Amino acid sequence: MELGIAQAQAKPVDERLNLARAAVLQRRRWGAVSEVVIEGAIRFCGVSAILFVFGIFFFVFREGAGILGRLDFAQFLFSPAWYPTSESNVRYGVLALIVGSLSVTTLAMVMAVPLGLGAAVFVSEFCGGRARETLKVVIELLAAIPSVVWGFIGISVMNPLIQRVFGVPVGLNVLNGALLLALMSVPIIVSIGEDALKAVPDSFREAALALGATRWETVHRVLFPAAKNGLLAAVLLGVGRAIGETMAVLMATGHAINIPKSIFDPVRTLTATIAAELGEASAGSPHYQVLFVIGILLFSITFVVNVTADIVVKGVRK
Amino acid sequence: MIPSPAKFGETQAVRRRRREERVARAAFGVMALVLVVPLVLIVSHLVAQAFPLLSWDFLTTNPVAGMRKGGVWSALLGTIWLVGVSLAVAAPIGVLAAVYLNEYAGDTWLTRIIHLAVVNLAGVPSIVHALFGLGAFVIFAHLGRSILAASLTLAIMTLPVIIASTKEALASVPNSFREACWNVGATRWQTIRGIVLPNSISGILTGVILQVSRAAGETAPIMFTGAVFYKKIEAGNPFAYGLKDQCMALSMHLYTVTTQVPDVPHALPYAIAVVLLGTTLLVNATSIALRVYLRSRKKW
Repeated sequence: MELGIAQAQAKPVDERLNLARAAVLQRRRWGAVSEVVIEGAIRFCGVSAILFVFGIFFFVFREGAGILGRLDFAQFLFSPAWYPTSESNVRYGVLALIVGSLSVTTLAMVMAVPLGLGAAVFVSEFCGGRARETLKVVIELLAAIPSVVWGFIGISVMNPLIQRVFGVPVGLNVLNGALLLALMSVPIIVSIGEDALKAVPDSFREAALALGATRWETVHRVLFPAAKNGLLAAVLLGVGRAIGETMAVLMATGHAINIPKSIFDPVRTLTATIAAELGEASAGSPHYQVLFVIGILLFSITFVVNVTADIVVKGVRK
Repeated sequence: MIPSPAKFGETQAVRRRRREERVARAAFGVMALVLVVPLVLIVSHLVAQAFPLLSWDFLTTNPVAGMRKGGVWSALLGTIWLVGVSLAVAAPIGVLAAVYLNEYAGDTWLTRIIHLAVVNLAGVPSIVHALFGLGAFVIFAHLGRSILAASLTLAIMTLPVIIASTKEALASVPNSFREACWNVGATRWQTIRGIVLPNSISGILTGVILQVSRAAGETAPIMFTGAVFYKKIEAGNPFAYGLKDQCMALSMHLYTVTTQVPDVPHALPYAIAVVLLGTTLLVNATSIALRVYLRSRKKW
């Protein structure tokens, strides 16, 4: 009797076990499937950055392609005449815009490079603990100010300031834009420069100090040569940032297409031109397409700058 | 010749070196200070000028009278929508991309190219992102000028920030954690989900929050892809915008009021700038505070 019951129960137990086993197997199979799916997604996202970079080039190129066959490249690059909306004599020369971008960027770098590298040295070598943390936070906040706010500062603060200090009639000029760009690109120079200094092994510092060198001697005889490439990359990335900046220079450089003769002349940059004119150019018109060609030009410039910076940094690791 | 008794004291050379050291320290300190001063001056100047207009009502009422009066509600809401949607797109892609780079990819040519692509994506000028967004999303994908198109443009722009910071967060999880997990038979993905992500979630969040602040401040990428000078919406309704709508945005609003609208009251652009700056700095400060807090209670 008892045996019978046991036998009667045995089957369902067996079945239950089988079911449980099947469920586990099922779950494992699902786990394996979902693992494959998720890994696929991860791999796809991993290469997405490459797709996006190509996508950017492709789509900007696609919109601008229509005019490439008809565009006189010698005139495009070397003529300062930019009359995109002229009825009788349309000219697309971006020389003045290139010079505008270069002048603002160069002046900005003249101010930002010593400041940025100096601050990087100070943060990394001369101060410690609380002061260092505070400075890093300030620099991070400086980097967080939106470019349109910088542009507004250019118009509302720098403009009257430059008029008063230098006695010029208009304060929206190369100097104004360069000041803003300098403040905007300093944070990136500081953070990359600090990384470069930090990458120098401490044994270098210790060796220099053991020889009796002062901190300053350590910095300029040991750390500068050792971190040279990283510091150069920091400067290059700052340049890339400054060339690509749009809103601040759009608002603060005076918006006149002009090859500047002094730092108090207004200019217009490549980026500002796109931002200012794209809204007015009707889609598909030659003017619209030329603006996309300028976009390709900008993309190429920053691409070269960034790749160079990357190669320079990689050089130091080898 | 009898050696001078000062031989072991301060020679001229030592004094000169000491002096150089002091000068160098002071010079570098001044350079660092030059960065702190403008931030403080600028922020305090903006707040002081904006003060008469700053109030809760300024945030919750719509701009009126040709944007010369009223608040910033429609612009603020537009910014929130743009940032929210771009975050929803960029955060998963960015985090997974970082997981790939840190957990899966070996030191191959593909990894090298991905790294280069991320660096370049970070360096593409914002106005080129705008051109891309216009060409790809607005025109090619037929999204039209809409919140969706603008947010996608912002998402791609902020992707490298998320990838870089997430990668750093993942790299800070010690390898022994992963090895322990593999040793009990967990698969790669189980290890990532169970061990790596929970242990680096704080760092990942920090990076994502940073992305929010960057996206909120951008103007150029949204100018031609979805943001407009003016749009009338119902005040106080957070769902007054839809994905297919165009919208206003704080950054665009500041640009418009500063450069396109004549006879604006003096304090208005300052107030808009302070709201925008306040939003981004608040978000940034949150991220910094989170980082400091989490670093202080790190377990390894």
